[in-house]
Amino acid sequence: MSTSDQQAPPPRLAVPELLIGFGLLACAAAVAWQTLAIPVSPLYSKVGPTVFPYITMTGMVILSLLLIVAALRGGWQPEEEKETPTDWKAMGFVVIGLIANLVLIQPLGFTAASVIMFVLICYGFGSRHTLRDALTGLILALAAYFGFARALGVNIGAGFIENQLNTVIESIISMLRA
Amino acid sequence: METLGHLANGFSVAFTPVNLMWCLLGTTLGTAIGVLPGLGPALTIALLLPITYQVAPEASFILFAGIYYGAMYGGSTTSILLNTPGESATIVTALEGNRMARSGRGGAALATSAIGSFVAGTIGTLGVAFLAPIVVKFALSFGPAEYFSLMVLAFITVSAVLGSSSVRGLTSLFVGFVIGMIGVDLQTGQPRFTFGMNELLDGVDVIIVAVGLFAVGETLYMASRRYAGKDEIVPLKGSLYMTAAEWSRSWKPWLRGAAIGFPIGAMPAGGAEIPTFLSYAIEKKLSKHKEEFGTVGAIEGVAGPEAANNASAAGVLVPMLTLGLPTSATAAIMLSAFQSYGINPGPLLLTTQANLVWGLIASLFIANVILVILNLPLIGLWVRLLKIPAPQLYAGILVFATVGTYGISQSPIDLVILYLLGAAGFLMRRFDFPTAPVIIGMILGPLAETQFRRAMTISNGDWSVFYTHKLSLTLLTLAFIGLAGPHIWAFIEHRRRRGPEHVPGDA
Repeated sequence: MSTSDQQAPPPRLAVPELLIGFGLLACAAAVAWQTLAIPVSPLYSKVGPTVFPYITMTGMVILSLLLIVAALRGGWQPEEEKETPTDWKAMGFVVIGLIANLVLIQPLGFTAASVIMFVLICYGFGSRHTLRDALTGLILALAAYFGFARALGVNIGAGFIENQLNTVIESIISMLRA
Repeated sequence: METLGHLANGFSVAFTPVNLMWCLLGTTLGTAIGVLPGLGPALTIALLLPITYQVAPEASFILFAGIYYGAMYGGSTTSILLNTPGESATIVTALEGNRMARSGRGGAALATSAIGSFVAGTIGTLGVAFLAPIVVKFALSFGPAEYFSLMVLAFITVSAVLGSSSVRGLTSLFVGFVIGMIGVDLQTGQPRFTFGMNELLDGVDVIIVAVGLFAVGETLYMASRRYAGKDEIVPLKGSLYMTAAEWSRSWKPWLRGAAIGFPIGAMPAGGAEIPTFLSYAIEKKLSKHKEEFGTVGAIEGVAGPEAANNASAAGVLVPMLTLGLPTSATAAIMLSAFQSYGINPGPLLLTTQANLVWGLIASLFIANVILVILNLPLIGLWVRLLKIPAPQLYAGILVFATVGTYGISQSPIDLVILYLLGAAGFLMRRFDFPTAPVIIGMILGPLAETQFRRAMTISNGDWSVFYTHKLSLTLLTLAFIGLAGPHIWAFIEHRRRRGPEHVPGDA
């Protein structure tokens, strides 16, 4: 449903689409490299573990060439997408939030890392109530930790906050028992 | 009438208090995530996959099916009141539904879509109950070559026939194949595509792929598009009860929608887009109120597509349960839940897991009843959910995405893979690559490979099995027509209209 088909403007090289085409070609090369690395026993030579990877690789090469041809003919982005400017700042904050989560989840534990990520993403999306967001994030992360992770039996990294709360909960339970 | 006996047995499974609770939980959760933009049934079921280690298969499939059906109901609410389709299948509902809401008839639009969903969902579920045993009888004659060809057909229809471009759809599918092949090859024990990393020996979990593409990718996309206009929630006005005139204008579109949606959903092609658009076109043609279409909103344009959407959602369960052939991202993730229980969906499922399958089908009838109650009298509750501001909504989605991913093995490597897939998901969303084929490719790809190698082993490496078996040849021919047909047709049309000229590349 590309809108550019109808008016037929002079075909111009579409750089982002071209990069995607070459990116896929690079992926196909990686597939070829990894397929060659699969040792094949002669027992399975006809239908071994490399047949499907080769088929996949061939498909990817053909598709990436088709994408490159399409990019040379002006690409396939709808006008609407092209005209909307990308909000790099908002995206940047989301990416920083994700990376902070990745870096902090082991040293600080899930809850603390999640609160930091939550606040950064909210800020990126335009929220300026940072303190309120931190509180919302804390409640949500604890709900996720105790409600979701515990209920599903998912073992998720406990940090300072979780350990404190676990001690509190355990002491309450033992008090109730006594 | 064997089916009725099985169904009675199924209801005895579904009507236990515990399973009713799972059904209620699933439908409620499903409606909620259907209403919320940015969350869908595929993502939700993926996040809940660890539950398969905790409860009986009946319980988790009743939960998943409730989420699946619930999301269809909830999605229409968002389409009607916000004009942002909560689900891709409800794009058409937004066309007329939002116009109705703007002209003060939002209540009637919500009512006709909920009751229509109930009618079509019930017809569709009946269709599953009666069609599944027939498909099974047919499927028992399938050998590995036929299965492989059937999967090829499904691959082509899911990625190339549906959607805006066959090249981009197939690209997504092949990326899914590569992801699916990562890890130890089950037949020879050789590691593949692991890049020497031990973490990749077990393969990439479908949870990470679904969460990366649907949650991280979607959040990045929404953040990058903040300059695009925002949609306003149309306040709900008017009675939720339809007038006699509205009833009489609705019931035929419901039935027609169900009649269009179920067969298309049940084909190995799947997808709700085609039946909903088809139903919309038919209702527009048949309506006595054509002037309302595109202006104040025509109730037929909501009733028909909504019914078609729900009936096709039910239809998708037929190939999934009888052939192990998922044709939507959600069905593919449900298939991986079967695998997590060590159950192989296929023609034998209905006999070996009779309680599970018929309990599941029975619970779908119950889910429909619960959903029509949840979505009509309690509609106010869901409208409030729409008011959750975008910053907190997307930040919250990523908190749950982290739980789901990090919880798999507490490895930061999983988070790195998640973010890489998120970046890929963002690019795919930005450059109009469909994401569902990735999930289908990664789940169904390895199964297709198994069937392929089985067929080749039986035939001693002779490729001709795929075209000497009649059924296999027919399926492959259909796949080829699906892939090449539209292009050949476009070429002929083009030649006829403008003379010999270069056809612009449709990538």
